[in-house]
Amino acid sequence: MRNSGTFSSRIGVAFMTPAGVLVTLFVVFPFFWIIAVSFTNRSLLGASALHPQLVGLKNYLDLFDPATFWSQGGFGPSLWLTVQFVVFSALCGQVLLGLVLAWISRELSPRAKSLLQGIVMLAWILPDVVVGFAWFAYLDRDAGTLNQLLRGLHVPAADFLIEHPFLTICVFNAWRGAAFSMMLFDAALQSIPPSYLETADVVGASGWQKLRDIVLPLIRGHIVTDLILITMWTFNVFTPFLLTAGGPSFETDILPIYTYRIAFKSFEFGKGAAIGVIVMLINLAFSLVYLRLAQRGLRKKGKAA
Amino acid sequence: MASIQLDKIGKSFGAVDTIHAIDLDIGDGEFVCLLGPSGCGKTTTLRMIAGLEQPTRGSIRIGGRDVTRAQPKDRNIGMVFQDYALYPHMTIADNIAYPLKVRGMAEAQRHEKARAIAEVLHIGQLLDRLPAQISGGQQQRTSLARALVHPADAFLFDEPLSNLDARMRVEARAFLCHLQRSRGMTAVYVTHDQAEAMALSTRIAVMCAGDIVQYAPPLEIYRRPATTFVAGFVGDPPMNLVAAQATRCDRGITLRGGGLEMSAFASWPALDRALDRGDRVTLGVRPEHLRIAADGAGGRLHGKLFANEAMGPESLVTLDLDGGVRVTARVFGDAPVLVEGDAAFAFDAARITLFDSAGNRIDDPV
Amino acid sequence: MNRRALISRIVFSVCAALLGVAFALPLIWFVFAPFNAHADLDLALPAPPTLANFARVFANGAAVGALLNSLLQAFGTVLLVATTATLAAYALARATLRGKRVIEYVLLLFSSVVSGSAAMVPIFLIVNALGLIDTQLAVILVFAGGLLPTAMFILRDFIASIPRGYEESALVAGASPWRAFVDVVVPVLRPGVTIAAVWAFVQVWGGFLIPFVLLRSEQRMPASVEIYSFYSQAGTPIVPLLAAYSVLYSLPVIALYWYVNRKYGFRFFGGIKS
Repeated sequence: MRNSGTFSSRIGVAFMTPAGVLVTLFVVFPFFWIIAVSFTNRSLLGASALHPQLVGLKNYLDLFDPATFWSQGGFGPSLWLTVQFVVFSALCGQVLLGLVLAWISRELSPRAKSLLQGIVMLAWILPDVVVGFAWFAYLDRDAGTLNQLLRGLHVPAADFLIEHPFLTICVFNAWRGAAFSMMLFDAALQSIPPSYLETADVVGASGWQKLRDIVLPLIRGHIVTDLILITMWTFNVFTPFLLTAGGPSFETDILPIYTYRIAFKSFEFGKGAAIGVIVMLINLAFSLVYLRLAQRGLRKKGKAA
Repeated sequence: MASIQLDKIGKSFGAVDTIHAIDLDIGDGEFVCLLGPSGCGKTTTLRMIAGLEQPTRGSIRIGGRDVTRAQPKDRNIGMVFQDYALYPHMTIADNIAYPLKVRGMAEAQRHEKARAIAEVLHIGQLLDRLPAQISGGQQQRTSLARALVHPADAFLFDEPLSNLDARMRVEARAFLCHLQRSRGMTAVYVTHDQAEAMALSTRIAVMCAGDIVQYAPPLEIYRRPATTFVAGFVGDPPMNLVAAQATRCDRGITLRGGGLEMSAFASWPALDRALDRGDRVTLGVRPEHLRIAADGAGGRLHGKLFANEAMGPESLVTLDLDGGVRVTARVFGDAPVLVEGDAAFAFDAARITLFDSAGNRIDDPV
Repeated sequence: MNRRALISRIVFSVCAALLGVAFALPLIWFVFAPFNAHADLDLALPAPPTLANFARVFANGAAVGALLNSLLQAFGTVLLVATTATLAAYALARATLRGKRVIEYVLLLFSSVVSGSAAMVPIFLIVNALGLIDTQLAVILVFAGGLLPTAMFILRDFIASIPRGYEESALVAGASPWRAFVDVVVPVLRPGVTIAAVWAFVQVWGGFLIPFVLLRSEQRMPASVEIYSFYSQAGTPIVPLLAAYSVLYSLPVIALYWYVNRKYGFRFFGGIKS
C-alpha cells in the first residue's frame, strides 16, 4: 500500500463527518435505540409515552407466549407466513423466473431480447404505489384485466385479493422482483466464454445438458449471491401492504406489515421494537453470510489477478 | 533552478524500513538518476522529494530551503508521472496550463505559455484535443510540457518513458537529453533502465534495498562499480562476475576458480589487505574486455560454447565456464565469429575489477 | 437449420412470448386508461383517445402539490447524498484512516440490517425527539441517512478506479488538496455521481413507507402517498385522474433508468436497488 502523506487522517475525518453524522443518526443509532426501546413499554400516547418504564424481557416474552403465539394476528402465524412468502415468491418465484428469463433471452434476437427484458424491467422500476394501483386494477373483481381474460377462457372470475390473498402477493412479488435476478444471471451468462458452450455443441450436448453441466456450475457464485440478496429483500418488503394491507383477516400479515401494524396502528412501540430487533437479528445473520461469501469471492479474484 | 539536498532521509511503513538513511546532494543544474530494481525505494525517495510522502526521519532542502514538512504545492517543482496523469476532462492546452491556472494566471496568458512550450515539444497542433485522442508518445510529451510550463526549481521524473514502446523510448530519451543540455535543469529521474540512466545523467545514484550503494558520474559507475550489485546492474550485458579463491604464493597473489586461470599479481596492497578478511573474492570483467583467444598475458576463462549471437555491429559470445558460471564476450565488427565446442576468453589483468568476500570493490593496484 | 434446432427455436420463442405477455398483462391497462376520459378498471380502447385526464391532473391542486413535494424531497435528498457521499467516499478511498476497513464493514453490515419497517419505530422516535415529525426535512434526512452507505460504496469504487497520479500531479503543479479534489477528482467522478444521484432520486421518488410514517399533513405528502390514499380510500377512486397521475408520476423514473442504462449500461444498477 502506498500511503500518501498528502491526505492526512485529519482531512479524512473532516470529509467523513457530514455523512458520518447522518448515518450515525439514522442508521446506527436506530439500531441501538430499537434494542433499548424493546425493553420498555413505550407507546405513542399516555403516560408511557412521556415516561416509558423498563419492562425487561416482557415484550419478547409476550411475543413468544405459548398461549397467544399461534393466535390469529399473532407473531407465530406472521413469522410462518413470512417464511412461506420468502420460499414461494423469492426463491421459487424470482430466482427461478430470473434464471429462465435470462436463459431464454440468450436465444432471442437482440430486438426481442430487449423487448422482453424491457417489460420485465418495467415491473421492477415502477414506483411501489403505481404497481400497487396497477394490480389493484388488474385484479378487480368485476372489470379487472385478469378476470376479463379468465371470462374469455370460460374460467369463473374471482376476487383474488379476497379469495386468494396469499397466492396473490406471492405472484405479485415474483413479478415485481424477477428483473433483478434476470439481470444478474444475464450478466453471469454473458461472462461465460462462448467457446465453452461451442465445445459442448461440438461433442453433441443437449440444451439441458449444457445448462446442467457447464452453465450452472460456472454461475454458482452468482446464484448464491442472488439467493441471499433476494431473500433479504423479500424478508423486509413492505410493498404487499399496498395491495392487501395485511388482510383479509391477517392472511397476508407478513412480518414487515405486522411490525407496522403493532407499532403504528396499535402504537405499541415497545412491542414493535422487539419485533424489529428479531427481524434485524435475522437480517444480520443473512448479511454476515453474504459478506463472508463476498469477501471470499474477492480474495479469489485477487489471487487470480 | 536550485540544488537539492537529502539529509539522512528515512521512511518506514509500520515496522518495515523501506528507506534507511539516504544522503544525496544534487547540485544546481544537475540531472541525477535514481537507478535500481523495483522495490529498491527509488520511487519512494522521489515522492518524498515531491512531498507526496512524508519521510519518517531526516530532512529535505530544495534551493537551501528546508521543505521536509512543506506541502507539495509549496515546493515549486515540476513532475512527470509514469502514467502521465493527464486529466481526461481537460484539453491538452488546459492540461499543460494547469500549473499556471492554480497560480492564478489569466486564461489568455497561460494559454499563450502553454502554446509556446507545446511548440518546443512538437505538440502544438494537438492543443484542442483531449488526452484520449492522442498517442502514447504525444501524451508523454504533454505531461512533460505540463511539468515544464512553469519555471520550477527542480523537475522530478518517475519512470516517464516506461510506458512507451522500445523505439519511441529511445527517441524520447534523446529528446530529454537534448532538453537537459539546452535548459540545464535540475532534475531527479527515477528509472530501472540502466541505459536511460547512462544516457541522461550527470550523476547516477544506484539504489538497492533502501540504500544508495554508489553515487557517481555514469562512466565512473561503469568503470569502477562499487559493489558486485552495481557491476551486475549496469551495462548490457552486465559485467561478468566469476567467483574465485585468492592465495598468497612466492610470486605474489594468485586467483583460481572454476575455469579461471590467472598469472600472479606481484603487488596489490589492497588485495593483500582484503585477503586478511577472507580468501573468497569475485572477479569482474566487462564483456568488451574479453577476447576469444586460447592464451594471453593476463588471464583466461575456459568453458564450453553456449550461444553465439550475431547482432550486426557486434557479436555476443557466451561460454559456460567449467565452474558452472556463464560469461559473455562482446566482439565488435560484423564479421562472423568462428568458435565451436571448448573455447576460452582472454583478458588483460589491468581491465579487471576485484570484489572482496562482502562484495565490495577492492581498490586498484596504484 | 435442422429440424431439432427449428423445434427448439420455436419452443423458445413461444416461451419467451408467453412470459412477456404474462409480465405485461398487469400493466396493459395503464397503456389505455390514462387516455380514456371515461376510464374504469376494465380494459377498453379509449374512444376517442384524449389528453383530458392529464389536464384534470394539472388542474387538481392537491395532485400537483404532491408532485412538487416529491420533487422537493427527492432533490433535497439527492443534493445531500451526492455531496456528503462524495466527500466520505473520497476519504474512504484515499485517506490513511486507522480502522478504515472496520468502518466499511460496519457500514455495510448496518446498511443491510437496518432496513424497512423494522427500523421505522426507532426512526420515528428519533425524528419525534428532534421535533421534526411532519416536516419535509425529516423525510430528506431519513432518506439521506438510509441511502448514504450504498451511495458511498458506489462512489468509493469509482474513486478507487481513478489513478492517484491525477491528484498528485495537481498537488505538485501547485494545487491545494481541496483544489485538486475540486479541479480533478470531481469532474472525473461525474459518471459515478450521476449514477448515485439517479439511484437516490429514484429511491426517494418511489419511497412510500418513510413519508407515510413521518408525515401527517395532507399538504406535505409526496405523490406516492397521495396515489395510495386515492385508491385505498373507501368509495370509488377517480380512476381516469388516477391513471393519468400514475403515468405522470412514473415518467421521471422510467426516463432516468433509460438514460442511465443507455449511457452507462445497466450493470451499475445491479444489486443496488434495495
